[in-house]
Amino acid sequence: MKEYQTITEISGPLVYAEVDEAIGYDEIVEIETAQGETLRGQVLESSEGVVAIQVFEGTSGIDQNASVRFLGETMKMPVTEDLLGRVLDGSGRPIDDGPEIVPEERQDIVGAAINPYSREYPEEFIETGVSAIDGMNTLVRGQKLPIFSSSGQPHSELAMQIARQASVPEEEEEGEDGSEFAVIFGAMGITAEEANEFMEDFERTGALERSVVFMNLADDPAVERTVTPRMVLTTAEYLAFEKGYHVLVILTDMTNYCEALREIGAAREEVPGRRGYPGYMYTDLAQLYERAGRIQGRDGSVTQIPILTMPGDDDTHPIPDLTGYITEGQIYVDPDLNSQGLQPPINVLPSLSRLMDDGIGEGLTREDHADVKDQMFAAYAEGEDLRDLVNIVGREALSELDNKYLDFADAFESEFVDQGFDQNRDIEETLSIGWDLLSMLPKDALNRIDEEFIEEYYREDDSERKVVEAAD
Amino acid sequence: MSKAESTETTPTEDGVIQSVSGPVVSARDLDARMNDVVYVGDEGLMGEVIEIEGDITTIQVYEETSGVAPGEPVENTGEPLSVDLGPGMLDSIYDGVQRPLDVLEGKMGSPYLDRGVDAPGIDLEKEWEFEPTVEVGDEVGRGDVVGVVEETVTIDHKVMVPPDALEAGETTEVTAIEPGSFDVTEAVAELANGTDVSMHQEWPVREARPSENKKTPRTPLVSGQRILDGLFPIAKGGTAAIPGPFGSGKTVTQHQLAKYADADIIVYVGCGERGNEMTEVIEDFPELEDPANGNPLMARTSLIANTSNMPVAARESCIYTGITIAEFYRDMGYDVALMADSTSRWAEAMREISSRLEEMPGEEGYPAYLAARLAQFYERAGYFENVNGTEGSVSAIGAVSPPGGDFSEPVTQNTLRIVKTFWALDADLAERRHFPSINWNESYSLYKDQLDPWFEDEVADDWSEKRQWAVDVLDEETELQEIVQLVGKDALPDDQQLTLEVARYLREAYLQQNAFHPVDTYCPPEKTYLMLTTIEAFNDEAFKALDAGVPVEEIVDTEAAPRINRIGVQEEYEEYVEELKAEIAEELRSLY
Repeated sequence: MKEYQTITEISGPLVYAEVDEAIGYDEIVEIETAQGETLRGQVLESSEGVVAIQVFEGTSGIDQNASVRFLGETMKMPVTEDLLGRVLDGSGRPIDDGPEIVPEERQDIVGAAINPYSREYPEEFIETGVSAIDGMNTLVRGQKLPIFSSSGQPHSELAMQIARQASVPEEEEEGEDGSEFAVIFGAMGITAEEANEFMEDFERTGALERSVVFMNLADDPAVERTVTPRMVLTTAEYLAFEKGYHVLVILTDMTNYCEALREIGAAREEVPGRRGYPGYMYTDLAQLYERAGRIQGRDGSVTQIPILTMPGDDDTHPIPDLTGYITEGQIYVDPDLNSQGLQPPINVLPSLSRLMDDGIGEGLTREDHADVKDQMFAAYAEGEDLRDLVNIVGREALSELDNKYLDFADAFESEFVDQGFDQNRDIEETLSIGWDLLSMLPKDALNRIDEEFIEEYYREDDSERKVVEAAD
Repeated sequence: MSKAESTETTPTEDGVIQSVSGPVVSARDLDARMNDVVYVGDEGLMGEVIEIEGDITTIQVYEETSGVAPGEPVENTGEPLSVDLGPGMLDSIYDGVQRPLDVLEGKMGSPYLDRGVDAPGIDLEKEWEFEPTVEVGDEVGRGDVVGVVEETVTIDHKVMVPPDALEAGETTEVTAIEPGSFDVTEAVAELANGTDVSMHQEWPVREARPSENKKTPRTPLVSGQRILDGLFPIAKGGTAAIPGPFGSGKTVTQHQLAKYADADIIVYVGCGERGNEMTEVIEDFPELEDPANGNPLMARTSLIANTSNMPVAARESCIYTGITIAEFYRDMGYDVALMADSTSRWAEAMREISSRLEEMPGEEGYPAYLAARLAQFYERAGYFENVNGTEGSVSAIGAVSPPGGDFSEPVTQNTLRIVKTFWALDADLAERRHFPSINWNESYSLYKDQLDPWFEDEVADDWSEKRQWAVDVLDEETELQEIVQLVGKDALPDDQQLTLEVARYLREAYLQQNAFHPVDTYCPPEKTYLMLTTIEAFNDEAFKALDAGVPVEEIVDTEAAPRINRIGVQEEYEEYVEELKAEIAEELRSLY
């Protein structure tokens, strides 16, 4: 392994060095400063004679006398089942004073794309215990379903609630199927306080022993954030597809990841795309999100819940926009609902789960689930529309049916969505609340529900309805 | 994919990698022409020449380039990026450069796509039963069919004289032809000018296959989707764009078209799509029945899956791979429909490569040639008279994913300048789960007039009048809704309230269609028509009742009319509609 003291230029997170051998693209580099500190980096561009290196820890302290070592391999993540219960930094080194990790394998962190032919279509319902998700935007194993939030919203609480409660109902009944559940938590640029909340919750609920935590905090080097999610997902793939775990990956906050991409792009003087983000951000994000899924013949699965804070709560911003085009839906956390005190403040209308239709129904959840969901969406949207109108003309000017839609919308928020971060509802309960609400509407307004189900579940009798009075 | 290991047209010289940056590699001393396919590095990653400057050649690489280093060799094949054409393309799934994904899985022995593995686009060893359709002594010209093989239960694959074997108008004699079992590379016929005709042809993807001329399309591509067939039809050989923000149902609409459109052949290009969605297609299509003949849908389908995490350069080429396959079946005289989901990802791939080349960007960073490339692609669609005298068509339906759902962005705008059908997806409709969420005010079809005669002959004489009635009611509703937003519905006069009620049935029963309901998912044009006449019947009876002095609340409160919403899910719809019409009339007449 050759050492060079040939740094010619240092600019932002990048270092340019002259070399006299062929250096591979993406190869890992160690830079030793005059103070004896060792920094790690990665080759971003390799030409004959000169390479551009991105330094994860930042370039401060590097001078032209620093020595550069090329390790002759691309970035690897040491993986083993023993990672469960451990806390690592953003580059995968333990920071919990635990024993040394003896890797079983070292895997390339730039995961190869899963052959679409080898994938298995996700259709196993995950019960998160959150009605707004289970009932309206169901999550399935192998899905990538981001939470679109904005600063100051309780998206972390929601993510923790899902991590705590998520289960697959049939398997519980039949006993274990041999596959265990694991959570991998990747923090990118979140504050120490937020990180502590997650850690406390993990420790309090005993979830830590089935979790791997990667921490890149707000004051950690920004460039390191570009490798953290790849470390996380490499670990997830190993546990899922080699060891048979059902892995839930929580990545927070993707916005910070994208900021780091932009920083590197700017330092390389690349032609910027929208709002200064690099033109390849879509491809880059896809290489992360697409690492969710199931593979034929393998037991485990990787389910992703990335969290992103939309700058200015604007979902046309490049980060949520590109994310939405890659992920299989999204869950919106709504500041208005939050200020009304709803927990979780999920706005179901713009939220969506693309894989829902195949994950629900008879044998999976319940036969009336799809119809109930459609009807509730339609009725809630109707009620939402009418709210604007009421502000102008008042309730008296509306028809009886319109008033019922308004009541429905109110009850939907207070009974169905607002369940609290600690309540765990099973799907039966969620659907039963749904029917309570739908029974506020006259039968013939339920045009999306099969008549058979109306017969079976519609509550004719007022006394059967718990919700109506509360709503009035 | 093929670069014909056999042909050595130009003597080639190997080059040496000079620099690597993501998917863009530059090489020194490579003797290559533009768009030649090259193998890069020790692993032999496939790439294509995209720029030549002095002795530096720039290459876009179709595979991940981690670890590739300067100094490694670059080998030129001397051939442009081509596809293998022949039997076996149907019931297949390819990546963006026509590598069969099922074969790759076997070859790599892993569910992940490794690098540097290659496989021909069609099975070169499989034997097919060849049945000649010409005899020794017959004169044949370019493109002429010399025989058929049964490619799938649905499709007979026609073996054609390659279009470049003869000049236009020239003919030559068949000197030998035999029925029997052949693999795709063996000659099944010999021609007097020395050409051996085999089932296998190769064609450079960036070049359109020749045709005699383009004709005006006059038959609809019937999709079984009410809003499309009924209001905004596309012709066989037509072009359409489906723009919409994420979550508005582009992919579901594309899937519905791929399942139920009455084309002979479907080429489905998943360009930067989600892996799980492609898996859904792979799992669903073999099990779904072709509504035309009950055979598995895969028997008429060729899939190209270049998911969003697969290399960007292959995403740029997958659209061309798809349209070239489509053109080949068109040459046999088939009606082919190509779905590209999504052309925005394709445009973005162009942008990404362009920015790595440090080209001067045009609007929003897209290369200045974006409009030209889009136009070239859609121009390869059309209703053609083929070089062999048959007629065939390629319909191109491209999804567009505008950032933030803003239709003023360059890809949408440049697409709209070319395509003649526009299905605008609407996030508001999607939010209230009105699917397909195609906005009826913004969408249009410029084929309507030329397709009306077909619908009038095949379905009903007053097809276009009925459509116009529906459009008028929906237009009126849009105007009335603006007033309702201000003063509330009850402030409107009775007749306008009734119009809103009729429009509501149009929206809920007619325009909405449940893609996940076994019956409603496919609606033949006859049913589409009957549904419209039922709503019109309700309209007529209701207005008569109103004129007779029945209050609008009573009309709205009737019991029969809401059953209009259930027509969609009726299998025996003719009977149902007849009874329903009678009941609506009876009930409304009983009110006065």
